[in-house]
Amino acid sequence: MTTLLPNPYIPYPARIDDIVVETEDGNLKTFRLVLEDEGDRARWSHVPGQFAMLSLAGVGEIPIGIASSPTEEGFLLFTVFRAGVVTTALHQMDIGERVGVRGPLGNGFPVDNDLKGKNIVIIAGGFAFTTLRATLLYMLANRGDYGKITVIYGARTPGLLLYRDELKAWAERDDLDTYITIDREAPGWDGLVGFVPTVAGQVAPSPENAAALICGPPIMIKFTMPPLEKIGWTDDQVYLSLENRMKCGQGVCGHCNVGPVYVCKDGPVFTRAQLQGLPTEF
Amino acid sequence: MKVLRLDKADLERWFVNWAKTREVYGPLRQSSSDSKSISVNKSYTDWAILKDGKFPELGTGLPKSPIKKFFFPQPETLFTCSKRKGDPDAFVFKEPENRDNARKVLVGVRPCDARSVELNNLPFEKDPYFQANRAKTAIVGFTCRDRCQTCFCKEVGGSPVGTEGMDIAVTQLDDFYMAEVITEKGEELVQEGGGASEASGEEISRLKESKAQVESLFSSMSDPAQALEAMKAKDLFALYNAPFWSQLADSCINCGICTFLCPTCYCFDIQDEVVKGTIRRIRYYDSCMFPLFTLQASGHNPRGQKVQRVRNRFMHKFKYFPDRFGPFSCVGCGRCIRECPVNIDIREVLKDLLAVE
Amino acid sequence: MSTTNSTITEDIRAKAKQLLSSGEVAAFLGFTTGTLPMTMRPFVARRPEDAERLVWNSFCVMNLANYLPDLLKSVEPPRGPKDPPPEGPLPKVGVLATGCWSRNIVVQIQENQVQRDRLVILGIGSRGMVDRKKVLAQVDGREVWTSEEGEHSLVIEGPGFKKEIQRWDVVRDNCQTCIHPNPVIYDYQVGQPVSPREVKDRFRQVNEIEAMSSEERWSWFQEEISSCIRCYACRNACPLCYCPTCFVDDSRPQWVGKSIDLADTSIFHILRAYHCAGRCTDCGACESACPMGIHMRLFTKKLEKDVLELYGTEAGMDPDVPLPLTTYKEDDPQNFLITEAVGQTSEAGEGVKP
Repeated sequence: MTTLLPNPYIPYPARIDDIVVETEDGNLKTFRLVLEDEGDRARWSHVPGQFAMLSLAGVGEIPIGIASSPTEEGFLLFTVFRAGVVTTALHQMDIGERVGVRGPLGNGFPVDNDLKGKNIVIIAGGFAFTTLRATLLYMLANRGDYGKITVIYGARTPGLLLYRDELKAWAERDDLDTYITIDREAPGWDGLVGFVPTVAGQVAPSPENAAALICGPPIMIKFTMPPLEKIGWTDDQVYLSLENRMKCGQGVCGHCNVGPVYVCKDGPVFTRAQLQGLPTEF
Repeated sequence: MKVLRLDKADLERWFVNWAKTREVYGPLRQSSSDSKSISVNKSYTDWAILKDGKFPELGTGLPKSPIKKFFFPQPETLFTCSKRKGDPDAFVFKEPENRDNARKVLVGVRPCDARSVELNNLPFEKDPYFQANRAKTAIVGFTCRDRCQTCFCKEVGGSPVGTEGMDIAVTQLDDFYMAEVITEKGEELVQEGGGASEASGEEISRLKESKAQVESLFSSMSDPAQALEAMKAKDLFALYNAPFWSQLADSCINCGICTFLCPTCYCFDIQDEVVKGTIRRIRYYDSCMFPLFTLQASGHNPRGQKVQRVRNRFMHKFKYFPDRFGPFSCVGCGRCIRECPVNIDIREVLKDLLAVE
Repeated sequence: MSTTNSTITEDIRAKAKQLLSSGEVAAFLGFTTGTLPMTMRPFVARRPEDAERLVWNSFCVMNLANYLPDLLKSVEPPRGPKDPPPEGPLPKVGVLATGCWSRNIVVQIQENQVQRDRLVILGIGSRGMVDRKKVLAQVDGREVWTSEEGEHSLVIEGPGFKKEIQRWDVVRDNCQTCIHPNPVIYDYQVGQPVSPREVKDRFRQVNEIEAMSSEERWSWFQEEISSCIRCYACRNACPLCYCPTCFVDDSRPQWVGKSIDLADTSIFHILRAYHCAGRCTDCGACESACPMGIHMRLFTKKLEKDVLELYGTEAGMDPDVPLPLTTYKEDDPQNFLITEAVGQTSEAGEGVKP
């Protein structure tokens, strides 16, 4: 075919370099991928909060947030929840096998623009911590660009927390406040207990010159907003990431539109103020 | 711009000459002569190869389907790859080797259909497949003389004698034809077709008169430019929450006729098909009318209700698309009105939307 | 408008208005005039004054039973997925029903898609609905600008022609061979019952297909469906097709390819027909909805014939007669399960023998 334009539908071939089973139920695994082609590796450049299409030839494609920070070079991390056809097939794959990566796609968090110089509050629930991990690592690598950083992260049980070794390491840093919580008391857990919204209310991060990045199940986001609003947070300070069904990743195929915007191209990151101006089709 | 005068025989010769190096398509009647009561009988015109200088059938309104399949085929093979064990390139996607590279000429394209290619070009501007298909396809349009009862091209910014999207625009005047050669591709076709004479000044003024007369026959219920600006100025939520959506949804059966036969509906899905040792990734038509269109793996569906899906199609055409790209995503061909089994009439929807305060 | 149609229309309006005014029904499902000639729009009247828009004529080709499950849900008080149903009876819906539509309602009752006590059915004897495509074929595919229906004829006008057509000549194939034009269940009769027609052979078309050689039959089938665009209008117009996820849409596993490959299209049409076996009433909505002129009701008609021959039943004639293919009986006919060896001399190991 005489292609006149660069083909955004062709995935880069990549090898599975490592697989980490993240949660005790086995439903979340982190895949470390290495792009095979040197040129592809050199070309690759992403912003925290962006995603990529993981492409399994013969099975299909699935949009997954990039869990690695741009500052981690030479590989890409994707933490994948087993939910549909493609993610199930991916979970059955082994180290050394080949997948395709198409991306990076979407806008990502404005880490080099609006977020610079601000106090950052990261709030995450369940397995929605992935692109926030990328964001946090990026901010820690450029620590001077941001003010106070607070992380509030919760899961149902200790065994369902992602990146447990890193959580421990972050807890020991003094340039970072971490609040890790689980929903109910569990044997062997001596940390915080309570839902993320409750903990967020207790931590009560100041809205002064601050931005909150929130990722989690809709119900968590819904209940996290009132305690924040109570202490003066406004919708334009709150960044959320949407997860609509996507296919092309180019803002063309129509699957992910929320009113006039395409989540794959104009998002997935939106401020809560932006979302208030859109139909609730997400 | 070059304007030529042609007799029917000249046109027929063009078609024959073009067919030597290209595939020439035009609207033809799809029917079989079998007299059995169960004979396959499809008494409509649709796009088919014009062989032996056959003249396209242009008298009975628009062909059944739009021309989008020549630019956005159903399906398009995006790429293929091997899944054979031991193949070092197994699971590496490559552009298909046996892609259909034949040059095509579409003859008898009406102004609405020709314009649809320009509108679709806005979202597909950077799409390598659409652009490759566009590069190899020439459009020889025929301007309209009569108005179909479902036509509303002028309301959405088109014209029955418009030439947008055409490489050559043919207009019939009594017993002869005038051809406006619009693009380089059109010029190339004229060279290959051969033997047409330049039109005289008198003939050119007759062409202008005729076009003006046809234009005046096609009234419009609203000033199209004003309607477009009015719609862009309207509040998204006022349109979104308008009361008439639920009534439309009462009648709608949520099939894909309107989207699949629409020249400017371009939503697609992507899927892998495996045949023996080869995987092909295809994109094929999808419809925002279908509930699975937005269903997420978690089971959550942002447009799980019929009324949300019906609304999305019209909002996309008349609000979301214009806000993003400028024009309405509609050429007023009226196929959706003609083919809808429950008589959902997009002209009424447009009128209702324009009436929203 | 013909006297028959105007009488029925008046009756429908009066009854619907009364049902809506008295609050006996929350919505009334009928037809209103469309924006094109020979095209009617299914219409839900929710206020007494909406009843004036209801119209009846020979172009009411969509099967209203198709809308009932969703419409019934729409008139229920809103509640969450885990909330218990409200106390007391749920609101009712009024609906028009001809012979075949009423039989579809019976099937829906048997399959628990609708509840009889939530329906107020206005029964209408059907004189047969007109096939718009047959009319268009009579005028060589030209546009029809106006149509006027008389008692037994249609007068149509278009560019350069005005023509009178005998109504019966353009009545749909399914209606021409229908022997149950009157509703089997209803609460009120509208107009007069239709005297049953004499149909010489209602399976004439199926017999013609059965008489073909298997190669002929396959090529006929392939040509018939070759123009299918997979819009699923046939499925969505069908009151039997209510699966939340249709097998053609399912991706886990994916049973059928999604584009217009002839093999995939064949599977779609064959399986769709099989899903309707013993349930289809030959209402013809699938064919009327098809934009490409595919005669898919011939596929279901064949199964209707088989079910009648094997089980002696017709779908939806009686709520108390169980559906043949979802009911197990010890003396069910089983021959169709057995692959008979082709010809007299089959070699051992080929085919399955009783």
